[in-house]
Amino acid sequence: MTASRQGGPAGAEGQQTGHFHGGLRLRHHKKISCAAAVERPPLPELLVVPLLQQAGDMAEPLVRRGDTVLKGQPIGRCQRGAAVHAPASGSVEALEDRPMSHPSGQPGPCVIIRPDGREQWCRLEPLSDWQNASPDSLIGQMQDCGLAGLGGAVFPTHAKMRDGRERKTHTLILNGVECEPWISCDEMLMREQPGKIILGARILRRALGAERVVIAVEDQMETALKALSDCAEFSESHNISLVKVPAIYPEGGERQLIQVLTGLEVPAGGRPSDLGLVCQNVATAAAVAEAITAGKPLIERYITVTGNGIAHPRNFLALFGTPVAHLVECCGGYRGDVARLVVGGPMMGFSLDTDAAPVVKASNCLLALTRDEVAEPQAEMPCIRCGECARVCPATLLPQQLHLQARSGLWKQAQEYGLTACIECGCCDLVCPSHIPLVDWFRYGKGELRKLARENAASELARRRFEDREARLQRLQQERAEKMTRRKQMLKDKTMQQDRIRASIQRAGHKGAGKPGGQIDVRADGTSDDT
Amino acid sequence: MTRSFEVGGAPHLPPRLTVAKVMLQVLLALLPGILAYAWFFGPGVFVQILLASVFALAIEALMLGLRGRALKPFINDYSAVVTAVLFALCIPPLAPWWVSCIAMLFGIGFAKHLYGGLGQNVFNPAMVAYVVVLISFPAAMTAWLPPLALAEHSLGLADTLTTIFTGRVPLAGGWDAITQATPLDTLKTGVEAGRMVPEIRSAPIFGVIGGRGWEWIAGWFALGGLYLLVRRVIGWQVPVAVIGSVLLLALPLWLADPGSNPVPLQHVFSGGLVLAAFFIATDPVSGCVSDRGRLIFGAGVGVITLVIRRWGGYPDGVAFAVLLMNMAAPLIDRYTRPRMYGE
Repeated sequence: MTASRQGGPAGAEGQQTGHFHGGLRLRHHKKISCAAAVERPPLPELLVVPLLQQAGDMAEPLVRRGDTVLKGQPIGRCQRGAAVHAPASGSVEALEDRPMSHPSGQPGPCVIIRPDGREQWCRLEPLSDWQNASPDSLIGQMQDCGLAGLGGAVFPTHAKMRDGRERKTHTLILNGVECEPWISCDEMLMREQPGKIILGARILRRALGAERVVIAVEDQMETALKALSDCAEFSESHNISLVKVPAIYPEGGERQLIQVLTGLEVPAGGRPSDLGLVCQNVATAAAVAEAITAGKPLIERYITVTGNGIAHPRNFLALFGTPVAHLVECCGGYRGDVARLVVGGPMMGFSLDTDAAPVVKASNCLLALTRDEVAEPQAEMPCIRCGECARVCPATLLPQQLHLQARSGLWKQAQEYGLTACIECGCCDLVCPSHIPLVDWFRYGKGELRKLARENAASELARRRFEDREARLQRLQQERAEKMTRRKQMLKDKTMQQDRIRASIQRAGHKGAGKPGGQIDVRADGTSDDT
Repeated sequence: MTRSFEVGGAPHLPPRLTVAKVMLQVLLALLPGILAYAWFFGPGVFVQILLASVFALAIEALMLGLRGRALKPFINDYSAVVTAVLFALCIPPLAPWWVSCIAMLFGIGFAKHLYGGLGQNVFNPAMVAYVVVLISFPAAMTAWLPPLALAEHSLGLADTLTTIFTGRVPLAGGWDAITQATPLDTLKTGVEAGRMVPEIRSAPIFGVIGGRGWEWIAGWFALGGLYLLVRRVIGWQVPVAVIGSVLLLALPLWLADPGSNPVPLQHVFSGGLVLAAFFIATDPVSGCVSDRGRLIFGAGVGVITLVIRRWGGYPDGVAFAVLLMNMAAPLIDRYTRPRMYGE
C-alpha cells in the first residue's frame, strides 16, 4: 500500500528514503478524539470573525455595523493576502476589537455577526471546468476564496502557488503528517473526505504545472490510509502516490517532511520551491476542491476539541468565528481542573487567556490541559551544556550555543550559528534538564535579528544618502571653483588683452609717426587677430 | 459564561529531566565502583567521600551566599556532591581530612564559583581539586594502600578514622607498615630502574590485566559508565575516544618494546583511566559540545594520559590530561560545529 513507484526528479518514491536529525517520540493521545464522526456544531449566538487570520497583513473590512451579510460574502479584503468571508448569513452587530486567537494574545479588529439561522448563501462562482481553466484563474479563485494553509501557519495559498508556479515545481507534497500529539483533525478529514483531498491535489497540481503528487501520512493512521487508497479517484493513472512515514515529532514540519521523502534539504534561507517542491496541507487541498468546484470560500474547518480537560473529546466542522467556549459546551463542557487552554498542539501551540476567542483559519486543535499535565513553572537553572538539545534538534543546530549567544546579545554570531533556521518545534525546550525556555529565547532572538536587519538597512540608506549629498556638495563646490577660476582667467585675459591693445596702440603710435594709416583692427569683444 | 485561563509558553508539557536527576544518575552509576573500592581497600573511601561531600556543600553554600544566589536550587542539584565523590575516588583512602578541605576550596570555590558557578566553569572542578593537592602535598597523596588481600595489617573503621583525623597510623611501624606503591608507580620506577615489564608484573600487586583489585574496580566503573550510556546521560564518543586512543597508542609502543611497555589493556585497567573515560572527561560543562568535538576531546585525554604515564614525571596523568583538554575545548568546539540543516 505504501509504495507506488514512479521515477521522478525528486526521488520521492513510495518508500521512506530519508530521515531527519533528532526529534522526539511523543505519546499520541489521538484516539480519544477520533471515535465520534465529525459534525457541525449548532450555530452559536454570535460569530466573531477576526480580520487577521493569516500570516502577513490584516484584511480591510468591507462591511459596516448594521449591514446584512449572506453566507460566503466577502467581509474583508487584503491586497496581498487572503480574503475573509462571512461564515453565516445574518447582520453585522459590530466592528470592534475582540480576542482573536492570535499567538500574540492581543485583541484585534473583528467583525461580529449575529446569524439569522437561514444560512442563505451568496452567489457562488465555481470554476467547474477546472481541467481547462488557466492556472492563473485557478490561483486567482484561491485568493478570492480566502484560502490559507490550514496546517497552522496560514500562509496565503495563492502566494505559495504563484511562487511554486514561477519556479517550475515538479512535485506537490500533501502533508497529512499530523505529528503533534492530541491533534486529529487532518486524520478525520482524510478518513471522511478522501475524495475531496485527492480532487484538490489534482487541481493544485494543475495550477502548479507539476507532474506528480505525493501524499504523506503517518504510519499509525491506518484508517485514513485505507480511506485514501480505497478512494475511487486515487489511482496510478493520476500519478499520485501515498507514502507512510514514521511518527516522530516534528515530522510534519515542511522541511523535515521533505528530508524524509526526498533525502534533500531545503537550502538555508530558501524555500521548498528551490527544490521544485511545494508542500500543502491535506486540509488546504480539500478547501481548494471546494473553492474551485463549488466556488465556496473558506469559512469553516475541521477542529479537534480534546484533552483530559474536555468531557467528550471529538472533532467538529466549525465555522470561523465560533467562540471556542461554544465548542467546549458541545463536547459536554470542561472536566476536572483545567489549567491551560491551548490552540494547536502541546509542543507549538499557544495558550488562550479566555475561551471567548474564536475559531480561525489557523485553529487546528483546542486542547484543554489539566493541572497535573501542564508544566509547573520550574526554576530555571544554568545550562550545563549536556547537549540533549542538540541531539534532538531537527535543524541540527546547537541550541545551547544559540542560547548563550542570545543571552549575551551576540546576534551576529547567533546568525552564523543558524538562529534563523530554528523551526521553533520545542524539542530542545522539552528535554532541557535546566528548564531554560530556549524557544522563547530564539523567538526573541529572531525578532532582534529582524530589528537589526531593519536598522542596518536604514543606516545603510542614511549612509548612502549622506555620501551622495557629500559628493553632490563637493561637485558643486568644484564647479563653483572652476567657474571662478575661469572667470578670473577671463578677467586676467581681458586685462592682458587690454594691456596688449594698449601696447599695440602705443607701438602703432610710434610707428604711425613714420608710417601713417597703420591701424589695427580691434574687435568689439576685445580679441584681436594680432595674437 | 466565558472563562479565563492562565497563559504559559510552549511546550505545554512537563520537562523530562532535571539537573538533579542527571547528577543522581551519575552518583548511582558510581556506586558499584565505590563498593568494589571499599571491598578491596577498606572503608577509607567512604570516609573520604563523606568528608569531601561535607566540605563541598559547605563551600558551595558559602560561595552561593557570597555571590548572592539562591541556596536551595543549587545545593539540591547534587553537582557539588558529584565533584566531591569524583575527587574522593582519586585520593588515597587514608589521606588526612584537611586534604579534602583544601581541595574542595579550590575545586568548588575557585574552579567553579569564581568562574561563574554551575555550567560556567572552564575546568573540571574535581580535577582542579585533585591536581592542587597532588602538587601541594605529594607525601600525603602517595600514601596508597595495598589491596586488603595483600596487606599485613588492615585497618578497621575506627583505625581508619583515627588515621584520617590525626594523621597517625595507630599501628606499630606507622605509615610505612601499611602503605605501598601503586601498580602504576611500581611499573614506572621499575622501568626507570631498567627492569623488564614481565618481571615487574610478577609482583603480587599486579592482577590479571592491571593492578590487583584496581582492575576489578575499573571493571565496575565501566559497568556504571555503560549504565549512563544506556540511559543517554553521556554519549559514547568520549569514553570510546579516551580508551580507544590509549589502546591505539600503547599498541605500537608495546609491539616495539614489550620490555619497557606494558600490554595496552593494562593501561586501560590501571589508575583512573576508566573512571575518567566514563565519569570525568564526559563532564559536559568543561568538555566539548559536538559529537566530533567530543571524539577529539576524548582522544586528547587518552593521548596526553599515555604520554605522561610513559614519559612524564607522574605515574598517572589522567587529571592533567583532562585539565589540558579543558583548555582546548572551546577551540575544538569552534572548529567542529555540526553542519546545519540546509547549509
